[in-house]
Amino acid sequence: MEENNDTIKDIDLWATNSEEGGWNISSTDEGSQKMLEQEDEVTTKIQMGSEVIDDYFIEDDISDDERMILNMGPQHPSTHGVLRLQVELEGEVVRRVQPVIGYLHTGMEKTGEELNYFQGPTNTTRMDYLSPFFNELVFSLATEKLLGIEVPDRASTIRILMTELNRISSHLVALATGGMDIGALSMMIFGFRERELILDFFEKTTGLRMNHNFIRPGGVAADLPDNWQKDIEEILKVIPKKLKDYDEMLLDNPIWQGRLKNVGILTTEECFAYGITGPSLRASGYAWDLRKMQPYSGIDKYEFDIPVFEEGDVFARWRIKVLEIFESLKIVEQAMGNMPKGPYKIQDKKITPPPRKRLDESMEALIHHFKIYTEGFKVPEGEVYTTVESPRGELGCFIVSDGSSKPYRMHVRGPSFCNLQALPVVMSDSPIADAVAAIASLDPVLGDVDR
Amino acid sequence: MIENLHVTIEDYFQKVEELKNDGYEMMVDLTAIDWFRKKDPRFEVVVNFLSVSKNKRISIKVKLNDDLRIPSITSLYPSANFYEREVFDMFGINFENHPDLTRILMPDDWVGYPLRKDYGTGRIPVQFKNAPKVD
Repeated sequence: MEENNDTIKDIDLWATNSEEGGWNISSTDEGSQKMLEQEDEVTTKIQMGSEVIDDYFIEDDISDDERMILNMGPQHPSTHGVLRLQVELEGEVVRRVQPVIGYLHTGMEKTGEELNYFQGPTNTTRMDYLSPFFNELVFSLATEKLLGIEVPDRASTIRILMTELNRISSHLVALATGGMDIGALSMMIFGFRERELILDFFEKTTGLRMNHNFIRPGGVAADLPDNWQKDIEEILKVIPKKLKDYDEMLLDNPIWQGRLKNVGILTTEECFAYGITGPSLRASGYAWDLRKMQPYSGIDKYEFDIPVFEEGDVFARWRIKVLEIFESLKIVEQAMGNMPKGPYKIQDKKITPPPRKRLDESMEALIHHFKIYTEGFKVPEGEVYTTVESPRGELGCFIVSDGSSKPYRMHVRGPSFCNLQALPVVMSDSPIADAVAAIASLDPVLGDVDR
Repeated sequence: MIENLHVTIEDYFQKVEELKNDGYEMMVDLTAIDWFRKKDPRFEVVVNFLSVSKNKRISIKVKLNDDLRIPSITSLYPSANFYEREVFDMFGINFENHPDLTRILMPDDWVGYPLRKDYGTGRIPVQFKNAPKVD
């Protein structure tokens, strides 16, 4: 053997001994191995991307000449709709931010006063267009609270099933657009691809991919389609597998970690001050989830956990959305397993319209149908504020009724509107490149902001 | 489950301060109601607070005087900033000591306050008189 080696060395296949370029022909593997041994542990971790240090230092003595005011938006893909930001820059550093909103304002609260309670969900479902079921649910819950009625078990379970599926699809969009903003374009394609699976089920059940008007006061609009279990099983099987793919792609990715860690930090106190709820609050170290604390539609019967992170940075806000999808899948599975039999809407003909078939046989059914579709039903006087945990935080609905069939005042507390106020806190005194990551992590939906 | 509290406009700021010291960490919602020709005084401001430590909500209602002025609570709860601007925009209620009381959803040069009850919904009247005849 030795002789053999020697002969090869003599021939000098790799030309290591030649004067020109010997060093770049020889394998560098051995050399890098040696370097790894010599480097201390921290440096190695930084180089491999498992530890991120915030090495961006802002110089304090920049002259005023370098200050400039820049307009971001309203037509800019990374502002998630028609958000306009007036950014004051000092070199590359964001010093002050002023969000300018209202480009999507369509006066939905005023419209809500013109529509009766039966038509109400048609209006509210268009507010937060990524989580329409939550908007319908909160309006229906408020109306039911004023009426003093309880919906049947099957209706509540269908509501939970649909809203939790909606949470998954909404979070998938958040992950997708968040990835796109940072430059992980495959993440965008992946996120929208998996969302399609859920939207297909929505289309099958409600007839529409978005703006369903499915959850209505008194129950839901229709029963689940035939063989719905098969579709849900498909979702339960595919989504976790795909989420593992995302993790493989992004979780240990040094670029991803470097862009997201220690960026756009929100402390718990800042969250309280700016009224931030939902995943952003939980990523800042406070376990507050309305599904656990102030449950609605019997969601307290389901077993699930609330993921909490202490860091409060963009990475934590991204990670918590991934983990929440897993928790929502748990709820969907339980809802599928325990779907009760029975009516899917309340059997009070004054509130929910009779089935279409009955109209040909019964005079009373025809009268009820006519009454509901023309005048609507009357709701007792009172004021009510109900809340649900939407994918972005606390979604509230404030209805004042004067005893007629239309709300006297209908106000929706959108979580995006409130969360957007924190943008100046998150963005100021950080480089402009991080600003886009910070906007994406707060996940504002401008339909909900402007209403 | 939500506690309702009616306070006068003089006590309003002090009451909010008490609530903040009392452990209501968040101001979650601030809006107004226009009781046009139904009640007197006409405008009412409704503020919802949430205590995450005690898992409680409280709702404060304030009736406004005719000058439509109310102290701003932005200094206590920064989250009130956008909400007070929205109420100013939609109802024309002035919040004193607000850092930047400008229109937020409507354009800056808009005239009128859209969510008031005497503000029309802007329907275009349909004229059937000159409609083409169907033979």
